[in-house]
Amino acid sequence: MAEVLVYVDHVDGAVRKPTLELLTLARRIGEPVAVHLGAGADAAARTLAEYGAVKVLTADAPEFADYLVVPKVDALQAAFEAVSPAAVLVPSSAEGKEIAARLAVRIGSGIITDAVDLEAGAEGPVATQSVFAASYSTKSRVTKGTPVITVKPNSAAPEAAPAAGTVEQLAVSFGSASTGTKVVSRTPRESTGRPELTEAAIVVSGGRGVNGSENFSLIEGLADSLGAAVGASRAAVDAGWYPHTNQVGQTGKSVSPQLYIAAGISGAIQHRAGMQTSKTIVAINKDAEAPIFDLVDYGVVGDLFEVVPQLTEEVKSRKG
Amino acid sequence: MSLRIVVCVKYVPDATGDRHFAEDLTVDRDDVDGLLSELDEYAVEQALQIADEADDAEITVLTVGPEDAKDALRKALSMGAHKAVHVEDDDLHGTDALGTSLVLAKAVEHVGYDLVISGMASTDGGMGVVPAMLAERLGVPQVTLLSEVAVADGKVTGRRDGDAASEQLEASLPAVVSVTDQSGEARYPSFKGIMAAKKKPVESLDLSDLGLEAEEVGLEGAWTKVDEANERPARTAGTVVKDEGEGGKQLAEFLAGQKFI
Repeated sequence: MAEVLVYVDHVDGAVRKPTLELLTLARRIGEPVAVHLGAGADAAARTLAEYGAVKVLTADAPEFADYLVVPKVDALQAAFEAVSPAAVLVPSSAEGKEIAARLAVRIGSGIITDAVDLEAGAEGPVATQSVFAASYSTKSRVTKGTPVITVKPNSAAPEAAPAAGTVEQLAVSFGSASTGTKVVSRTPRESTGRPELTEAAIVVSGGRGVNGSENFSLIEGLADSLGAAVGASRAAVDAGWYPHTNQVGQTGKSVSPQLYIAAGISGAIQHRAGMQTSKTIVAINKDAEAPIFDLVDYGVVGDLFEVVPQLTEEVKSRKG
Repeated sequence: MSLRIVVCVKYVPDATGDRHFAEDLTVDRDDVDGLLSELDEYAVEQALQIADEADDAEITVLTVGPEDAKDALRKALSMGAHKAVHVEDDDLHGTDALGTSLVLAKAVEHVGYDLVISGMASTDGGMGVVPAMLAERLGVPQVTLLSEVAVADGKVTGRRDGDAASEQLEASLPAVVSVTDQSGEARYPSFKGIMAAKKKPVESLDLSDLGLEAEEVGLEGAWTKVDEANERPARTAGTVVKDEGEGGKQLAEFLAGQKFI
């Protein structure tokens, strides 16, 4: 059976959920071979094996942290040459897409980004994408070289499928370009204890109607009652009420949770582009004419300062 | 010595319009108005600010696209870019990201550059891969997704805000930079700027000027193929209730029914 390379996104060996989704999708088109760069390969290998990795190729070097993107491309290329896979799958993070982009140029292969589904086809893997603010769904494939495909979080439910997960050292020689962009300093983001926005099963977002950074505690309170991530519309971010890293929309994050709750968000096309593929959509807005209500499964026309606290209390009491 | 800045911009269908696919499953550009991609306006703005700080800088705005794409160049020129290069060729129709990065790399080398700047992604395809591809093809550092950028002493520095951390980056010129919508509000063209733009030179190039063959680009040369494009059925209308004091509780009831609570 053909091997499929899966690039592992992890934090010191703690494998992030989108990688487990990738392993699940990879098994539809071949045998997953995971590529783990940096520290923690042994811990990661156990998880990767549980989700179907037949092999884990690993390399650790200071270059991965000290320079931007390119050392990881060198390593993924080394893995590609060692394995000759039928496809390369990479999580659709900002960095993942850049790694995939450079690899595609190097190996002369086509690239598909932000796939939301993947299946085997007669002429290679077929990727489903959601485009034009999710108003269209397309099916595409790579026609030249080895398909390089980046996959969005929440595209598949991770399924355990125990495999060998044999760890093998990957020999990487870094090219001259790898040290081109130095990471001078790195300030880790403070953990909020909430799920990562793009990976969360539930997202609660606030917009213009929240009317001030101090009022975002209402949104956070509802999110915490549901175990959800917090999002914000561009209007709220531009007003300085919430960090840009939480922005949902065309110029921010694209999310696809099981449940999306929009509070005080009118639903401009740019916002819809980032959340329209959510499975269930709920909105709370004063304006009955707001375009967000065209998308909802359930909407409440009302003041979020009344509705959100009542909802939060009700969720808490029902959860006991 | 003069600092040569090339800003890569894209002419895109207006996202507020009704966007469609054409019969060959490329983006239908006839049916909806186009404009300079909003995300590239931030790149033009940063180029202008970098040029202001430099002793002597020249900004060339570059696009690959059909005749109408000149509108995007005019907008950038009216904001203050000095000259423009338009790569236009019938054989470019249907070019994908790999092909676009190839054409841009050739055109950037044709113009001559110390710094290439673009937006983080286009607002139509939205892949966000072209800046990295361009750096790979040019063999120069990529300093991408910056929310702050500065150029001094032959170096570009900037801040990249990622999910897990915020990074301070540094690279020597020449380099490829991309900027996010957090880099700073783009200026509006002044009346004077709009008038001046009409007199600024726009150089037209075709594939042969860049030493490229038709087979390397376009729909035929693409590395990917769209087999199907289906309009999603409109979401079926959901329940919308007016809050009469019990809106939060009603919503909780709905969420419980859907097993979210």
